[in-house]
Amino acid sequence: MSTTNPTTAGDSLQKSSLHAPPPTVTPFTIAAVAVVALTAAVSYYALIWLFAYIYPNGASGLFTALFVALWLAALIPLIPAVQAMGRSQKANALLRSHDVVGARHHAALGREAALTSMGYSAAILVLATLVAFVSTKDGAIASTFLRPAFIAQAFSDVLAAFWVNVRVALGAEVLVLVLGLGIAIMRMLPGRAGRPLRVLAILYTDIFRAIPGIIVLYLVGFGLSLAEVPFFKDLPPIWLAIFALTLTYSAYVAEVYRAGLDSIHRSQWAAARSLGLSYPQALRTVIIPQAVRRVIPPLLNDFIGLQKDTALIGVMGVIDAFTQSRLIGSAVFNLSPVTVVAIIFVVVTIPQSRFVDRMLEKDQARQRSGSS
Amino acid sequence: MHFLQIRDLHKSYGSLEILKGVTLDVARHEVVCLIGASGSGKSTLLRCINALEPIDSGTILVNGDQVTGLGVDLNALRRNVGIVFQSYNLFPHMSVLKNITLAPTMVGGVSKEAAEQRALELLEKIGLRNKAGSFPDALSGGQQQRVAIVRAMAMDPQVLLLDEITAALDPELVGDVLEMIRELAVDGLTMLLATHEMGFAREVASQVCFLHQGKILERGTPQQVFENPQEERTQQFLSRVIQAGRL
Ligand SMILES: Nc1ncnc2c1ncn2[C@@H]1O[C@H](COP(=O)(O)OP(=O)(O)O)[C@@H](O)[C@H]1O
Ligand SMILES: [Mg+2]
Repeated sequence: MSTTNPTTAGDSLQKSSLHAPPPTVTPFTIAAVAVVALTAAVSYYALIWLFAYIYPNGASGLFTALFVALWLAALIPLIPAVQAMGRSQKANALLRSHDVVGARHHAALGREAALTSMGYSAAILVLATLVAFVSTKDGAIASTFLRPAFIAQAFSDVLAAFWVNVRVALGAEVLVLVLGLGIAIMRMLPGRAGRPLRVLAILYTDIFRAIPGIIVLYLVGFGLSLAEVPFFKDLPPIWLAIFALTLTYSAYVAEVYRAGLDSIHRSQWAAARSLGLSYPQALRTVIIPQAVRRVIPPLLNDFIGLQKDTALIGVMGVIDAFTQSRLIGSAVFNLSPVTVVAIIFVVVTIPQSRFVDRMLEKDQARQRSGSS
Repeated sequence: MHFLQIRDLHKSYGSLEILKGVTLDVARHEVVCLIGASGSGKSTLLRCINALEPIDSGTILVNGDQVTGLGVDLNALRRNVGIVFQSYNLFPHMSVLKNITLAPTMVGGVSKEAAEQRALELLEKIGLRNKAGSFPDALSGGQQQRVAIVRAMAMDPQVLLLDEITAALDPELVGDVLEMIRELAVDGLTMLLATHEMGFAREVASQVCFLHQGKILERGTPQQVFENPQEERTQQFLSRVIQAGRL
């Protein structure tokens, strides 16, 4: 309950009149114009610095045209701001002629336009600030992180090394899908006989979620060969990396699976068992398929995490994309090669998220529409 | 000999005793209706018969074989005793056809082709053959419940348990489902059903049992129970049902 008067607070429900005049739009329009003005100023300097960095040798005709075009683009939110001012005046005029309904209508549209203007301006402002920051001091930041020459030079080597990351990620993901499900099922084994295995599964997930992945990589990478563990000591390092990441991520993915399995209503168990299906049969045909469908998004989140953690395998002596980029970067005293890795990760990750979203939508649409 | 014999069945959830010694016989081809207030233990009784809930004491015999105690093949029991739930419980990730053929192919030893043919015949009978490829979400409640009945019938159970199968349905969808049960009764299927549809119970039941606080308080033919109830509790229950316009 919102009350303004503290002495009557809580005494009764306050009702405001339904034909009250609309609140004035003027502050909104002033704010919108102010934000546009600020955006204009910041973008102006951002563009000046940016162009000075890109074209250190001065302006050409094309340069000026592009500059003006970009700056004007940053001012586009002025259009809704001006519309808001118009609406605001119209609303005030209608109010003077006692047309509350009309005034409300125009005030609402004015407010909407002013907010739209501010929303777009704010976004442009953030971008312009970023550009200004990157290109300030004659592009000191940009040339440290984004020097085109170094990026081009490092690109092919880093991309080649990224193949190692891809293989490690794919290998670990396949194993994690299996091992994670195994642990999740272990954790829901029924009865007294299942208890020891349930406890084991809990211990596993607790322990491996607690240990930082980089430490597991380090211990597996050096420990297993140092201790001359049979089989493992002869594995190539890339397989040890897969093994270490599988250990860590199976714990997370087991929890994801478990949440999915738990989320299937008891009545589905009852229906499956009542038809004569055994526990494993019900689990396999009725419970797991539904659970897996539900956990695809969190599963993918964990996979994205796993893919990113492949950048840690350098600690066990594998030359992955990140290690490679650091080698190149330290040779040229510049971080642009490392930026390349960052960009590659972004490019690889984003489509995956989109793909799974689409898949989920389709799946839901299919179940809704009922066509097989 | 009665086909289904329940002797002194006790069942508790924690310290709360739900069934306090239920004894009930169902003969072959008989339709027995369980009536009683919500919470009286009807669902629990049916779930115990299907071994979906463990019981504390008592015995259940199906066709002369004791199916309680340790070491009973519960999957085999359930292949002979079908159950249909109030909330249908179809498998949402499977088509109607797959819902019906899953158990016959997986545990019934029927070939996929034979199971599908049988399923389509059963669907044909209830006018849902064109929904064979649909997913449960695309069906109305009444259609889903009829598919659930077909799914249970596809295992050729010797007795069918029905737990308030029309309670979740909109009134205009109840008729089709009851019609299906009526036909099963005419075909001679042995059934034990919990229901709030008193008119229907009166029509199809050979025996009506009034369950009250975990005990069968009164039983008899529909005429005896509905028209001349002996127990005060039964009278109270029936008068409440009449007030609600359900009789
Ligand atoms: N899984 C369960 N755990 C604990 N109590 C339960 C459970 N299922 C049912 N009950 C309780 O058992 C009693 C009988 O329930 P139920 O058999 O569903 O009655 P009815 O079907 O006649 O309405 C109710 O009091 C209910 O709360
Ligand atoms: Mg019930």
